[in-house]
Amino acid sequence: MVRPDTFQEVRVHLAHLSDAELEALFWKLSNDVVRPLVELASTHTSPSIERSVLMRMGCDSVTCKAVVAECETRGLLGHGAGHVVLVCMQEWGCDAPTAAGRLAAGEGWDLAEAKWGAR
Amino acid sequence: MGCTVSDAIDPRFGRPLADPPLDPNEKLDIAALLDGLEYYRPRRRGWTWRTPVPNQHLHDFTYHETSEVLDHSVPLPAAHYFENIDPQPDCVVTSEIASGRPEDDIRRMRMAAWHGADHLMVIRTAGQSHIDGLLEGTPEGVGGIAITRKQLRFTRRALDLIEDEVGRPINFHSYVSGVAGPEIAVMFAEEGVNGAHQDPQYNILYRNINMYRSFVDAAVAKRVMAAAGILQIDGAHNANATAIKAWKVMPELLVQHAINCAFSVAVGMPKEQIALSTVPPDAPPAPCMRMDLPYAIALRDLFGEYKMRAQQNTRYMESEAREATVSHVMNLLISRLTSADIQSTITPDEGRNVPWHYNNVAAVNTAKQSLVGMDGLREMVRIDRENPELKARVREIKERAVLFLEAMLRDGGYFAGVEKAYFVDSGEYPETHDDGIARDSQGGVAAGTIVPRADDYLAPVCHHFGENHLPEGYRGRTVGEAAPCVLIGGCTLCDDGKVPFIDELDPEDNVNVRLAETAELREKGLLRPEVEWAGDGIVVVTMFLPAPADAAEAAALEIGRAMNLDECEVIHKQVMHPAEGTVLELRGRVDVAIDPDTLVIPEPPYVLTDEEIREFVHDRNLRVVAATVGEDEHSVGMREVIDIKHGGLEKWGFGVTYLGTSVPIEKVLDAAIEHAASAVLISTIITHGEVHREMMEKLADLAAEKGVRDRLLLISGGTQVTDKLAREWGMDAGFGRKTKGIDVASFIVESMRERGM
Repeated sequence: MVRPDTFQEVRVHLAHLSDAELEALFWKLSNDVVRPLVELASTHTSPSIERSVLMRMGCDSVTCKAVVAECETRGLLGHGAGHVVLVCMQEWGCDAPTAAGRLAAGEGWDLAEAKWGAR
Repeated sequence: MGCTVSDAIDPRFGRPLADPPLDPNEKLDIAALLDGLEYYRPRRRGWTWRTPVPNQHLHDFTYHETSEVLDHSVPLPAAHYFENIDPQPDCVVTSEIASGRPEDDIRRMRMAAWHGADHLMVIRTAGQSHIDGLLEGTPEGVGGIAITRKQLRFTRRALDLIEDEVGRPINFHSYVSGVAGPEIAVMFAEEGVNGAHQDPQYNILYRNINMYRSFVDAAVAKRVMAAAGILQIDGAHNANATAIKAWKVMPELLVQHAINCAFSVAVGMPKEQIALSTVPPDAPPAPCMRMDLPYAIALRDLFGEYKMRAQQNTRYMESEAREATVSHVMNLLISRLTSADIQSTITPDEGRNVPWHYNNVAAVNTAKQSLVGMDGLREMVRIDRENPELKARVREIKERAVLFLEAMLRDGGYFAGVEKAYFVDSGEYPETHDDGIARDSQGGVAAGTIVPRADDYLAPVCHHFGENHLPEGYRGRTVGEAAPCVLIGGCTLCDDGKVPFIDELDPEDNVNVRLAETAELREKGLLRPEVEWAGDGIVVVTMFLPAPADAAEAAALEIGRAMNLDECEVIHKQVMHPAEGTVLELRGRVDVAIDPDTLVIPEPPYVLTDEEIREFVHDRNLRVVAATVGEDEHSVGMREVIDIKHGGLEKWGFGVTYLGTSVPIEKVLDAAIEHAASAVLISTIITHGEVHREMMEKLADLAAEKGVRDRLLLISGGTQVTDKLAREWGMDAGFGRKTKGIDVASFIVESMRERGM
């Protein structure tokens, strides 16, 4: 939409504000803008986020990529890729990189299926 | 890192590096720095500010806005007049490094650090922001570098040594943007990266990455950065660099900064860890200072709790380095009149090519020179906040930003605003020209890849953002409750020993292959010109051609080929007059390598320091008598040696009596006795016969005759005179072509000392 500069007309409701009030309004509006964005982020995850979880669990990037890709395929991402690895660690009694390595090699997906069902 | 599993911290973490310290006279040992990288760990995490020194005294001066000086540095060229002091401004100074090769980046970083940079930012290779995952190894980049664990580790290891060499911590920086943001943030935390750009708006507007994915990823990335103390810089300056009319984009810049700041704080980043990337939007011939200062003030009014990273203008950069430098000095004046926590620099050649390494140094020096030169200026020159134009404009920019936010909320919020092309419109809001950047919320790179977290979503690691259904007792929120990663025996952010390492994945495209190509240069120490990479052979020739621009450019390319330059390219041309001529800079490549062992390098003449000479001359009130003798009317050479304006003897306080040209020898000696001179300087020219020899011998004989030979230094000079000849003919010294005052002054002082005169 092309619109001429209507600044003088549309600023009328701001004219009476002090500088401090104007600045407070600026930050109130900014926080209003980001609130739904924070909510979205809090309730969603992504392949990169899940790979970052596996990285923090000590897995190398090649393993992270393989495990998260399989989680996506099997619809498990919403439970957390780290969650899948944790289930296998506990079942196998091993550390996270070992469990993730075995998952990357195709083992252990039956354990996930038993817990969350097949897609 | 705030975890409760302190007993799991790897004992190697925080220990000093075992690499031997750098020798300022030796090059970086690239091979040694690549060796054993799997065992290298960074010595610290987080950002470091400079240590200010209030009222610092250096040489004759007191500084009000400087920080601790360096152990090793290269001062500004004029510093030799000031005991070679190298005052360092109070703010961190950035240099952006973009060689595309880690092995060349670190050499450039060392040079930049020696000139005063302590924030070294590596630009990423084109295309990395669209790669959904991490790269490994050391593939070559385009316009920047492939950011990988090995590249980061290698660079941080070199920076540890460089910061010890210069004596100031160096902040290492890159980008947590693109579709792999959370992974890159974790890798940066693990590898000791100290600062990073992170702004989901940048992904959306300039990289066309899906908007939902960008914000979902950004929250996790920011939380990890917060935990590792990584300073965040936003991406708002890109709106300025992209805008059709940069002076119209100011309200939107405030909105972009606010969205990233508010979002970052909401996801757990402390305000002191958040920096705004702000740039004076305009450049001459616009009256840019009067346009940009109100914006800078409005910004600092609204964002007083945040850090300011002052960037330099790139929007109006052309190929001329001089023009870019002047614009950047104006940007620095705005930094000094307002505030800057980080002063970023742009190389003066960025308008014409990927920055060359000596231009990194030029840009750092522009910042250092300007900031030090304007030290304390704001105590004397204050911004007049009551100036009607300034006051009205500051208020107007803020109101326009508020109107932007109000309208965006009415229209459905941020995502709806981006779909409706609110951003980077060439109108100054509320004016719009319908030419902003529009993005589809269902489109872009990685669209449709975010997934709702299920009721049992679980991530058993620390510093994770968002809903996380951790078991009771593992939420790390109250005293005595275990950190989440205790579930898995520790995460990499708490236990450094768990960080993995992958070396090369590509057998062809890696640092070892590249180093093999230039091995001969390094091993034999061969010298080949370079601007970007070791041995690239690039040189620049500046030339003026008396022709219009097009003809001059074609002629310059021919001249370059005649000079045996390959890959000739005119990188800058500027009309001096439409008919009279054009100045050009021609880039080309030479295929020569010089073996330094074959060079004959003349010994530099021994000279004393200015202070030493001045003190000696002052204590004895030294005088000299000078004349051009014989039938000689030349006086230029003598003037060079004695006049203060040419850096001659008068500079150090010598009393000089100049008798003129064609002066008889008797008169010279009489004047020397009358003035109680310590030295006589005669200048002769070789014409025909042996006039010069006769003059020297006559002077020596007459001085002996009058009984003053022992208390007079007899010095002869001229274009054909040599020290050897002059001594043979009775002089104490002879000076030939290219003699400077310092050479003669040093000789007089040295000789008088030796002889106890």
